[in-house]
Amino acid sequence: MSTAALIQEVLSWVLVVSGAFFALVGAFGTWRLPDFWSRLHAASVTDSAGMILLIAGMCLQSGLTLVTVKLIVIGIFLFITGPTATHAVANAALVSGLRPREAEGLIAAEPEPLTVAGGAEGDAEGTRKETAGAA
Amino acid sequence: MRIIGAFVVLVVLWLLLSGIYTPMIVGLGVASAGLAVLVVRRMDLVDSDPVELALKPLGFPLYLFWLLGEIAKANWAVTRIILAAQMPIRQHLFAVQVTQKTDLGQVIFANSITLTPGTITVETEPERFLVHAVAYTPGTIGELTEMDRRVSAAEAV
Repeated sequence: MSTAALIQEVLSWVLVVSGAFFALVGAFGTWRLPDFWSRLHAASVTDSAGMILLIAGMCLQSGLTLVTVKLIVIGIFLFITGPTATHAVANAALVSGLRPREAEGLIAAEPEPLTVAGGAEGDAEGTRKETAGAA
Repeated sequence: MRIIGAFVVLVVLWLLLSGIYTPMIVGLGVASAGLAVLVVRRMDLVDSDPVELALKPLGFPLYLFWLLGEIAKANWAVTRIILAAQMPIRQHLFAVQVTQKTDLGQVIFANSITLTPGTITVETEPERFLVHAVAYTPGTIGELTEMDRRVSAAEAV
């Protein structure tokens, strides 16, 4: 095995193992943290560090092949959809009335009231009114 | 014009994902791309809105590199909280000013906040985002203001 190949192999395993470590930390945190809002944050460790490091490690494993191109496409896709999904979950919780527990001495910012008169935003305001009506 | 563009993009995607370049497989790819374009056209989904990417060609990739660094730092911070014997969490919901002019810029800012572990964009309002932090410190807002400034700087308006 040439030196360059050896370096590639070692580097790729370092990335894969550390990615797996962060994925595990995320899972552990999701189990360990006390409530819904804090658990969301643990999940995003798996989403970002775990995902990026694992994909980078696998790219090095496969070298300059079509597999690497596919991995990068998957990475870009997850980079955009991951936070979007997290936001959807968090927003659903807020809209349905679950408020985060504030740390001592801190006062939460209030979201704008759910019923907005003359909603200029069209669809978004419509859903909000509906939700408020149901509550 | 737009329909030809969609066809080319679909065929290139097929070539990238398939990896088998025999005449039959490539032919099937061209045929399915053609079929997809035909269906989209029949459904009248082709509009003539210009596709705008109002981002600086050099500034935005630089921002992405900066963001990767922030993600690394934030991941390490949250990992330390999770593994600490007494998890030092300090939850807080607060508002952050938004200065981006385009929708795309605001989406990038909101997603950047959520991508860095420890902060999540919970609600978007016209002038501000509501952000939830798991370990709030007085410096948290400053960091997000800096991120907001950098996203706005990467916008090409």
